[in-house]
Amino acid sequence: MAAIIELRGLSKHYSKTIIGVDDVSLSVEDGEFVTLLGPSGCGKSTLLRMIGGFEEPTQGTIHLAGRDVTWEPPYRREVNMVFQDYALFPHMTVGQNIAYGLKMAGADRKSARAKALEALELVGLPDKVDQRPDQLSGGQRQRIALARAIVRRPKVLLLDEPLSALDARMRDQMRIELKHLHEKVGITFIMVTHDQEEALTMSDRIVVMENGRVAQDGQPQDIYDRPISPYVANFIGTTNFLPATVTDVQADRATFNCAGARLEVLTDTPPQSGARVTLGFRPEKTRLLAEGETAPNMLEGKISEVIYYGLGLRTAITLPDGGSLFIDTLLTDTLRRSAIPKTGAPARAAVEPCNIFVFAGEVQA
Amino acid sequence: MARRSSRSLISRYGADTAFMTFVALLMAFLYVPIWVLITFSFSSSRSLTWPIPGFTLDWYRKLFANADLQTAVWNSFYVATFATLLALMVGVAAAMALHRYDFPGKTLFRRLILLPITLPGIVTGISMLNMFSLFGFPLSLETVIFGHATALLGVVVTQVYARLQRLPRSLAEASGDLGATPLRTFLYVTLPNLRSAIIGAGLLSFVLSFDEIPVTFFLTGRDNTLPMYIYSTMRRGVTPEINAVGTLIVLASLVLIVISVVVTRDKRS
Repeated sequence: MAAIIELRGLSKHYSKTIIGVDDVSLSVEDGEFVTLLGPSGCGKSTLLRMIGGFEEPTQGTIHLAGRDVTWEPPYRREVNMVFQDYALFPHMTVGQNIAYGLKMAGADRKSARAKALEALELVGLPDKVDQRPDQLSGGQRQRIALARAIVRRPKVLLLDEPLSALDARMRDQMRIELKHLHEKVGITFIMVTHDQEEALTMSDRIVVMENGRVAQDGQPQDIYDRPISPYVANFIGTTNFLPATVTDVQADRATFNCAGARLEVLTDTPPQSGARVTLGFRPEKTRLLAEGETAPNMLEGKISEVIYYGLGLRTAITLPDGGSLFIDTLLTDTLRRSAIPKTGAPARAAVEPCNIFVFAGEVQA
Repeated sequence: MARRSSRSLISRYGADTAFMTFVALLMAFLYVPIWVLITFSFSSSRSLTWPIPGFTLDWYRKLFANADLQTAVWNSFYVATFATLLALMVGVAAAMALHRYDFPGKTLFRRLILLPITLPGIVTGISMLNMFSLFGFPLSLETVIFGHATALLGVVVTQVYARLQRLPRSLAEASGDLGATPLRTFLYVTLPNLRSAIIGAGLLSFVLSFDEIPVTFFLTGRDNTLPMYIYSTMRRGVTPEINAVGTLIVLASLVLIVISVVVTRDKRS
């Protein structure tokens, strides 16, 4: 597998203090589905727009299939973009919109139309060829924008928050369709989103961004299960953060004192004994113990709130030292309704040693 | 149930009647003068008396025999056409530049372009007269064209700039993304989306130029445009002949309005 996109030390500084993208190096392999994930203002869109050629970097280079395209205008790059607002040409029909890129490349009318129809077929809207964009629904426009961007078979397809303008149900559906489309056409996809669920469900690889820099880069499961910083742990999924002190260190594990409890954690990089750290763990990987039940790695506290959300329960527990944590419990069986915990009752929670992350220092969660 | 609905019906009709009366009065205020003009153009009497004593087409016959008047009409068309074209060419380019580029003094530049429409025509007229005589330009219909175009530039820039601002930037970006050079993007994407604004600004400019007096007054040489000609004959009072010219202009305006509505109707928006 060869790198189709190679970013080296790419930066976009608007001024000394306003920094869009800061020294990002990233290599994307041919055929990959990579997601740039982060909150608004983290530089993900700017990065995407630089790959598309709509913004010029202040430093660094962009290589597309081995060719330096850093200073090439958009019309000389073999990448195509799906814009957040779709940017369909309102004065053209759907067919003309899709054929536009082919005509610019010198295709004759007949073959352009045939290819446009083929692309429409691919997104499942062959009967809309002679309609105008404003006659279509949001989901249909989105598909037209996709068809228009892939009809030229670019080396890379850029997607700028492609699903953000759709309603929730449509978004769920388009997520799956986009993923299938990616498998069908085999083009490299680079998508920008602030929606962690979107990133987790669709991508081969997620690049989490923070303040213009890459915070973590990895497969969805790696990022979810092994976030390297509290920022990542907090941005993807929910994480309970508790301050702790290291009491004992062994080869592959460490023991911590946390809210009066003794917690054991499996870790490849054990911290120094006596150090103050922050432990993080996922609410759904925390177990609410039944009355009288005990387990290793147990935290005791009081139930402060119980939130029912259909699929399961989220229980908030207040610890003796004032800290709090969430526990997610799936209600897989209607009988378990009787086991719904009561607010105010004492509770015990247990976490497996392999499910706890250790972050250096203290974290304000 | 029936009672309640009949009552609401009455109050609704009451409100409707009041509204319709208001609209009718407004329409009368706007259009009665024009009907008076049209009616008198067919009056067989030279004096303006109501009701008109008889119907005649004499004034129209006289009109078509009047060489001065026809020259004036022709001059007006000539001036309005070229002033509009000039204003459009410069104005669209200026609006594009304003929209596209950020440069120092941009706000000042925009204000300066818009200034001529806020300036009284008499000021534009005098200042351009000074300028032309300073550079030794003989006054002619062409100097009038330049004068009008200056004043009309603001109209074109405002309309086209407003449309450009409503046009999402992503359209031009998408066009470039799909392989179009900036020139092709302008021709195939930007210009078609400005079409109705350009036609609208063009028609408005044409009409404004067609009946313009102050700037024309200062900048024309021996040639007369239609409004100047009408003004000069008015010293002898309103003649039915002038009414006939007015009627023809109303007719031409109607045609223009219909054309503009048909042409600028954006498809399905």
